[in-house]
Amino acid sequence: MGEIMSSEQNEIILAIETSCDETAAAVVKGGKKLLSNVVATQMDIHKKFGGVVPEVASRHHIEQITMVIEQALDEAGMTINEVDAVAVTEGPGLVGALLVGVNAAKALAYAHHKPVIGVHHIAGHIYANRLEKDFEFPLMSLVVSGGHTELIYMEQHGEYEVIGETRDDAAGEAYDKVAKALGLPYPGGPEIDRLAQIGKDTYQFPRSYLEEGSYDFSFSGLKTAVINKLHHLKQKGAEVDTENIATSFQASVIDVLVDKTYQAAIDYGVKQLIIAGGVSANRTLRDRMSERFKDTNIDLMIPPLYLCTDNAAMIGAAASVEYHKQNFASLNLNANPGLTIE
Amino acid sequence: MNVLAIDTSNQPMSVSIIKESTLAAELTVNVKRNHSLQLMPAIDHLFNQTGLQPNQLDKIAIAAGPGSYTGLRIGMTTAKTMAWGLNIPIVSLSSLELLASNLLYDSCLVSPFFDARRGNVYTGLYRVHHGDIDQVEPDQNIDMTSWLEYLKSLGEYVKLISSTEHGFQSMVSEKLGDQGILVGHSLQLPRAGLLGSLAINKEDEDVHGLKPNYHRLVEAEAKWMEQQQKDS
Ligand SMILES: Nc1ncnc2c1ncn2[C@@H]1O[C@H](COP(=O)(O)OP(=O)(O)O)[C@@H](O)[C@H]1O
Ligand SMILES: [Mg+2]
Repeated sequence: MGEIMSSEQNEIILAIETSCDETAAAVVKGGKKLLSNVVATQMDIHKKFGGVVPEVASRHHIEQITMVIEQALDEAGMTINEVDAVAVTEGPGLVGALLVGVNAAKALAYAHHKPVIGVHHIAGHIYANRLEKDFEFPLMSLVVSGGHTELIYMEQHGEYEVIGETRDDAAGEAYDKVAKALGLPYPGGPEIDRLAQIGKDTYQFPRSYLEEGSYDFSFSGLKTAVINKLHHLKQKGAEVDTENIATSFQASVIDVLVDKTYQAAIDYGVKQLIIAGGVSANRTLRDRMSERFKDTNIDLMIPPLYLCTDNAAMIGAAASVEYHKQNFASLNLNANPGLTIE
Repeated sequence: MNVLAIDTSNQPMSVSIIKESTLAAELTVNVKRNHSLQLMPAIDHLFNQTGLQPNQLDKIAIAAGPGSYTGLRIGMTTAKTMAWGLNIPIVSLSSLELLASNLLYDSCLVSPFFDARRGNVYTGLYRVHHGDIDQVEPDQNIDMTSWLEYLKSLGEYVKLISSTEHGFQSMVSEKLGDQGILVGHSLQLPRAGLLGSLAINKEDEDVHGLKPNYHRLVEAEAKWMEQQQKDS
């Protein structure tokens, strides 16, 4: 593989992502240029169950996987022979779902004598931003999704330090659970976001900042406060103002996210701040972050919506860094549902 | 014809390469280990042993279930992605039919089965006869007591064969008496060499659409369908 290293900065990576309920494949050039990005979502399938059913997700991935890869190569105008490496999400995620991507990547790479790169899903969410604009270090990243709420500090490519994380529910999880309690359809995040544009913060739910100086998060207390409030209102026979509940809940989540992220960015003296993960689709979060960072020298980066949610382009972008380090996986690469980023 | 054959339906993993229509290498491993770790290194080993390269394959054969959901997905994903990547045909065979085929040159009824927990099995009924095999009853998920009573009612000698650990030994002798026997002596393990040979004359399947035959709905789906029926 010596030749690969020879100052080749425009490597072509075929990336695969199947960690949850999206079967995705993409082709990325040099870690920055998106050549194709195909996502087959199972959202509608899981809607009727009120959440992702892991076995159902795994069964759908296997039906989609070769079609999605084929489409990604077609749209990039490439054949597998022109690809330099195959990257895949190794974890974290649903083990049965991850296994489909991992084994597809290994089989395809083996058949064509290509190296395989295992990628951490969250590294992918962060690197989604590099498809828009290159990184400047040091940088801070707030990863907010259905499974994660983390502040990750980076001094160089491929090196991640988790300086804060949720101690209980992830932010997206809190959105989804509150939405469920409000009787809103799955996934609840976008629904609450929509309703929150209409309502007012009348309920003043608590803001959980934890102990002084902590960069950690906690959303389960807020979730419980909302659910208790709903019970209380129902018991009294009072009307539940769904819009105001949504606005009040969201105000609490976003106050904490914005304040802690701002503090961390200042404390660590970063040049860039990256927002990543599914919840970064949230309009209020985007607006409030922009406003807070407007008068700083910190460059705020929020990816476009199609790069916020799970996709394979971000996996290809993160894999590029590992490609240049020749950080290749062996044939016994396995799905790792509890993979840590550090 | 050069064929790569894969069976990871249950705990035993079996892989083989058929070279110029003859078995060239076969590996069967029957230990509690993750197929996702074992399968590609095993395939690589076979290629090394046979001196073939992946691009010299003409066909891929896969045992498509029933079996362990995870095992089936690992084998099927590997097989279909490799077949698609090499642009060669893929063929599938029931994992139960493959197991029954271990007795291909006998002349009798064969009931292959896999433990499906809580007294249930995946099973089916086949008739082997001097190198041929026919299906008598389709593969299904059924409780073992009913299945053995059905076999008894046929009034014909049946050979039962299972590649998974199970606790049905005494039930089989109780229910079938001298009308049946459990096959042992390692003849109860699946052999990918056989799968590869059987695949040579089988018709190609659509690679994109190919998926494991689980023979069981996901619980959440079953419940959802039940609810739909109640509502309508
Ligand atoms: N506009 C939004 N506002 C708040 N949450 C959102 C919004 N859009 C999506 N989400 C939430 O993002 C999560 C999905 O993001 P994703 O990155 O796919 O998560 P994961 O991969 O961790 O499951 C869900 O919890 C969903 O409710
Ligand atoms: Mg995600």
